Amino acid sequence: MRYLPLTETDRRAMLEAIGAESVDALFRDVPRAAYLKSPVDLPRVQGEIEVERALQRMAAKNLSAGAAASFLGAGVYRHHIPASVDHLIQRGEFLTSYTPYQPEIAQGTLQALFEFQTQVALITGMEVANASMYDGASAAAEAVLMANRLTRRHKAILAGDLHPHYREVAQTHARFAGFAIDARDPDPRAGEDLAPLIDSETSCVVVQNPGFFGHVRDFAALAEACHRKGALLVVVVTEAVSLGLVKPPGEMGADIVAAEGQSLGNALNFGGPHVGLFATREKFVRQMPGRLAGETVDVEGRRGWVLTLSTREQHIRREKATSNICTNAGLCALAFTIHLALLGEAGFTRLARINHAKAVELADRLAALSGVSVVNDTFFNEFTLRLPCPAAAVVERLAARGVLAGVPASRLHPGRKDLADLLLVAATELTTEDDMTLLTTTLGEALS
Amino acid sequence: MSEWSKALGTFEREGDKASGGNRGLQIEEPLLFEQNKPGRSGVDLPEPPATADRLGGARRAAPIGLPGLSEPQVVRHFTRLSQKNYAIDTGLYPLGSCTMKHNPRLNEKLARLPGFADLHPLQPVSTVQGALELIDTLAHWLKRLTGMPAVAMSPAAGAHGELCGMMCIRAALDARGEQRNRVLVPESAHGTNPATAAECGFTIDPIPANERGRVDLAALKAKLGPDVAAIMLTNPNTCGLFEDEIVAIGEAVHQAGAYFYCDGANFNAIVGRVRPADLGIDCMHINLHKTFSTPHGGGGPGAGPLVLAASLAPFAPLPWIVHDTKGFRLVEQAEGAAAQALGRLKGNHGQMGMFVRALAYMMSHGADGLRQVSGDAVLNANYLLARLAGELTPSFPGPTMHEVLFDDRFLDGTGVTTLDFAKALIDEGYHPMTMYFPLVVHGALLMEPTETESRASLDGFVAAVKRLAQHARSGDAAFFHAAPRLTPRRRLDETAAARKPVLRWRPAPATREAAE
Repeated sequence: MRYLPLTETDRRAMLEAIGAESVDALFRDVPRAAYLKSPVDLPRVQGEIEVERALQRMAAKNLSAGAAASFLGAGVYRHHIPASVDHLIQRGEFLTSYTPYQPEIAQGTLQALFEFQTQVALITGMEVANASMYDGASAAAEAVLMANRLTRRHKAILAGDLHPHYREVAQTHARFAGFAIDARDPDPRAGEDLAPLIDSETSCVVVQNPGFFGHVRDFAALAEACHRKGALLVVVVTEAVSLGLVKPPGEMGADIVAAEGQSLGNALNFGGPHVGLFATREKFVRQMPGRLAGETVDVEGRRGWVLTLSTREQHIRREKATSNICTNAGLCALAFTIHLALLGEAGFTRLARINHAKAVELADRLAALSGVSVVNDTFFNEFTLRLPCPAAAVVERLAARGVLAGVPASRLHPGRKDLADLLLVAATELTTEDDMTLLTTTLGEALS
Repeated sequence: MSEWSKALGTFEREGDKASGGNRGLQIEEPLLFEQNKPGRSGVDLPEPPATADRLGGARRAAPIGLPGLSEPQVVRHFTRLSQKNYAIDTGLYPLGSCTMKHNPRLNEKLARLPGFADLHPLQPVSTVQGALELIDTLAHWLKRLTGMPAVAMSPAAGAHGELCGMMCIRAALDARGEQRNRVLVPESAHGTNPATAAECGFTIDPIPANERGRVDLAALKAKLGPDVAAIMLTNPNTCGLFEDEIVAIGEAVHQAGAYFYCDGANFNAIVGRVRPADLGIDCMHINLHKTFSTPHGGGGPGAGPLVLAASLAPFAPLPWIVHDTKGFRLVEQAEGAAAQALGRLKGNHGQMGMFVRALAYMMSHGADGLRQVSGDAVLNANYLLARLAGELTPSFPGPTMHEVLFDDRFLDGTGVTTLDFAKALIDEGYHPMTMYFPLVVHGALLMEPTETESRASLDGFVAAVKRLAQHARSGDAAFFHAAPRLTPRRRLDETAAARKPVLRWRPAPATREAAE
């Protein structure tokens, strides 16, 4: 087998050195009744050619977003990834190393994490960021847990336009960690004022910007209302590119930012792996979950990096840790860092402007269709359409014509009849003139 | 003059700022932020038309502060950073409990097929039948290899899988109408185990190890009671030993009405030879990035699917993948057969990119190859034990499983600590073993060679470890205290880093004033 260097001669010689009769004899501590005498009932060893062929067959059954005109978003966005990103993250020294427990031989990973933390802090407008979480949804749940610890309160208010997956993950944690969630009704108009709901039990209010339905807002007043009542404001961002154009959460007074970083450097991957971003204020850092890279010096006084503040973490603090997280999203964070390094200030802000301009154009063209209206007064690169009929069926019909028209709100909010006609439509720098024409034409035909 | 310069006989270069202290392939690399030229970018994008924005006044006003670099600078920057890392691709990485085995590049190639990588999770299900088939096929392999009837695919890492398992157990207890709040965790457990149980609202009760490095069955039985929800047991355990009384442990736990959670971090030792279902286990997470070789990536991403016994299967988190006459579909709501599902653990459907890699790895090996994987992993660890037993102090007699535990008795009286020894090993060209874990022995050194090391590679490692052990006993403690010498950085001050944390770059004060 191509991945196994030992030969039969090696094995015999090694068994002799060990003083064991056979490899089976090394498993003598396994109860005999549970020790299998032959391989389990699954296919046998295969070469690259066969494996590649089998998986290509499965891949070919899917309609890849790149082979269609795609307008899908709802927390996962298709952006262009510069070629050097994937080249660099496949360098074996990054790909096949692990958590930098030995800093002297992991300065590459540590410096990249320090750069990642700095970039995340900069784009969110926050003071500090950690070295990544699994994804945006789990980061948001961790943000709520952290707010509970900081405020010693146990109720989180979740805005109605928080992504339903984020809401559900927070609810799962709430059920098992024993805290309360006030999840507001889906709010396609983003009209609900959450300030009056904050009381002395409220640990945090979780809002999303741009919201699930696309609205862009300034939460400065809500942040003040939170702080007046001793609660924290958690701002969720599911489209990291928006931070190139939209006022950052830090400037609005956010206490914790939980975001999805997939848009930078990471492919759609059918939903994972992605990369959770987590940023906060310096004074809260000791309650933060996850790994942190920090600057220090070596014995010769040269600048270097180490993992730090690990007394927050499970491998030191065990059941008193701030989180159980260990392995996070290191390589996805690296892809994020490389992509954002390539973009730089000029490229990142321009990328955000392009996304917004494409969405504005698309929204105007779709709004001109008979029976179709745009729900949003504000948006970044995604907005909500109201169709004259249930959106899910329209999306199915258009998919058959090679158009991935968007995400029907009913996919994530099933059972809500009032949302059945809503369709979330996103545009990015990859959306072409032809794509827009195709969507406008096919949607018009489907509705007529 | 630095010790480095002295050692190599190079001339003093202090004060030479422009060349930055480069030596051979050890290139000093500044931060991205220190290479900034405003306006420069490594991506060419057209300027969009200037139209009125729809941001409702919430437009970013101030600059962000991101540095501007061109593509060649970025490529060189990250290439140079990569050269400061040790990795499996560059050498033996015997980090116990982490399973640093070869990562086949076929898996990287397949995970990047547009039919997998360029799929949006919310596409109509009719357009992603092949992706759901892949997840279902991987689930089938995991179920066959563990003998368990169900698997939850969404957990994103080992600790996330643990969380999933303990939530399933809590949900099952809720369904039984029982309030059980105590979880038994062996002292040798990974820190994630107690942290996970605490995150589910359980209290942790540690169980001691016996003199053989296994769970003390009598102590365990004494702790069982009507308030015990579960035991979290790693098997093979973190001492590298198979829990030989595991069947009796499972029976006692079940008799007390509690569940048996197994931490499957070490499943690579027994894959293809032992099915956890045959050991009485109720649920177990599997680190795809360990046993099934998806790359560790400097700290993730991983994947931690959870296999479940029939008693816990109804509580598995959403989404579920179901196959019926119309093909594959996703169950995303807690209704119908999934009415008791405990909810959602992460966005979307799991770590698809890791699923593709893991399945490619499993299919490459096949059932026979995977049996050989565990056989060779265990053989390699026992070979290290046999070759090093005379020089180091093994904590427990063999046979061991996939990893071998030593303690620091062999360093008694030398003035050399486990940490010093590990740092000296770096200068010999090796990544150190796991140190000071598990906590059940003093100054632990836990070595996991994995099955992808050749005998010659193990012999080289053995020679280096022996040489160092002998040198430690020769009385030259100073040699160890000064290690490592040959690395891009020598020992780093972790205390200073924690006392005054610097967690991000900031412009130097002078620059800041100039900018204002």
